[in-house]
Amino acid sequence: MADLNKLNESIISGDLDTSVQITKEALAERTDPQEIIQKYMIPAMDVIGGKFERNEVFVPELLMAARAMKGSLELIKPFLAERGIEPRGRVVIGTVKGDLHDIGKNLVASMLEGSGFEVENLGVDVPSDKIVAVVQSKEVDIVALSALLTTTMPSMKDVIEALKDAGVRDKVKVIVGGPAVTQEFCDQIGADGYSENANGAVGLVRKLLTA
Amino acid sequence: MRTTGIQELLKSRSLLFCDGAWGTIFQSAGLKPGEIAELWNRDHRKKVLEVAHSYVDLGVDMIETNSFRGNGIALAGIGLEIDAAELNRLAAEISREAAGDKCLVLGSVGPTGKILMMGDVSENEMYDAFAVQVQAIEQGGADAICFETMSALDEAELAVKAAVENTNLEIICTFTFTKTVGGDYKTVMGVTPAQMAEKMLSAGASIIGTNCGNGMETMIPIVKAFRDFDSNIPLLVQPNAGIPKIENGKTVFPETPDEMASHVPGLIDAGVSIIGGCCGTTPDHITAIMNNSGRRE
Repeated sequence: MADLNKLNESIISGDLDTSVQITKEALAERTDPQEIIQKYMIPAMDVIGGKFERNEVFVPELLMAARAMKGSLELIKPFLAERGIEPRGRVVIGTVKGDLHDIGKNLVASMLEGSGFEVENLGVDVPSDKIVAVVQSKEVDIVALSALLTTTMPSMKDVIEALKDAGVRDKVKVIVGGPAVTQEFCDQIGADGYSENANGAVGLVRKLLTA
Repeated sequence: MRTTGIQELLKSRSLLFCDGAWGTIFQSAGLKPGEIAELWNRDHRKKVLEVAHSYVDLGVDMIETNSFRGNGIALAGIGLEIDAAELNRLAAEISREAAGDKCLVLGSVGPTGKILMMGDVSENEMYDAFAVQVQAIEQGGADAICFETMSALDEAELAVKAAVENTNLEIICTFTFTKTVGGDYKTVMGVTPAQMAEKMLSAGASIIGTNCGNGMETMIPIVKAFRDFDSNIPLLVQPNAGIPKIENGKTVFPETPDEMASHVPGLIDAGVSIIGGCCGTTPDHITAIMNNSGRRE
């Protein structure tokens, strides 16, 4: 029998090889793929995310856990598709126009992916119309915007206005983040949510999708 | 370990001064959001020279260069396929021209924007990119290399090594630390001041310190942490003027020159050797800092 508790531990410790190996075993034994994710993998991301928030671990540990999680998820995805199981939600993420920083945004993308959401990462310096086009053409639940520079934070508002102009603002929830972004700024520009860090973003997306 | 200009100066004076931010002044001079300031070395040389002069004229002991993001990997990461060496050489030439022999020139080198463990770039690629940048800065006439705003030990070690092996310049390295939930200071990668000091000194840096962060006051416990590790090593501190806020669509750095200057005595007591400024600081901030240090011109 595949040791699923060890899968949980291997994700927390960022051990990609072990997590992939146990996932293969579990799938070969026809373990319910959803049970693997819900009972063992997502709780692991919750544990590492909590440690990150309490500064017990830092960016390297978080990235390694997300990588182990992603390695296992890639193996499981075809089985989910086979059963017609949909992702928990679809997120489009990008760093706004004029801003070229991608580490923080990628961290949030990894955490969301690791927590079972489908994430489309549009990269950096993303113009508003590109985001609007994605929202118009696909099923999207969440638009996540990142800005490191205070000079580019106003571009977040531009995205929201562009979504309104295109008549798709109500189709999605918009969340914002970055070192100088605050809840106050989020409210000012009419975004739906703000999170201080990558782990908080996961909780925020969960909350918005169940609201 | 190399000793040249800065350490010579520190033999006769216990406290030296460095310049403040450049980017903040560039923005008021018309730099647009997302525009790469380093391109101004080529396209708006006069404006860059003016900023350099505005700090040299204060009587600081050293100024930096407009090359923070001039690493080939960082430039490529933002879609600029450009001659990184040229931009860095120009940066050093401009600062040298402004500084003359009145003050020293520190070649500013920021992070690549890549995390080694993610495997996007190899150690060799990272080393080579730093080597190109520091060589160009030396060619342009700088006196020292200042690696700054680092957070990862592996990247900073490669950077320092590239400067040791490819230039004859004095090497400074500063990291950005933030306060953890537990109250001590670490980088986003989890590195403490003591860990940073140990690795950077053994890699060949002769001056270490901290920059950016969360305002002047938070620099004091970081300096103390460095001093607990080593009581003699020269320490450079370049705080930002607090965490920026947006007010009426404009970026505002909360700490005024006087507020920043009020923490200078605390920093001196903690054992700082060189004080300058990072994001949001201006010639006015540096003037206030110098005036509150007990040093009178």
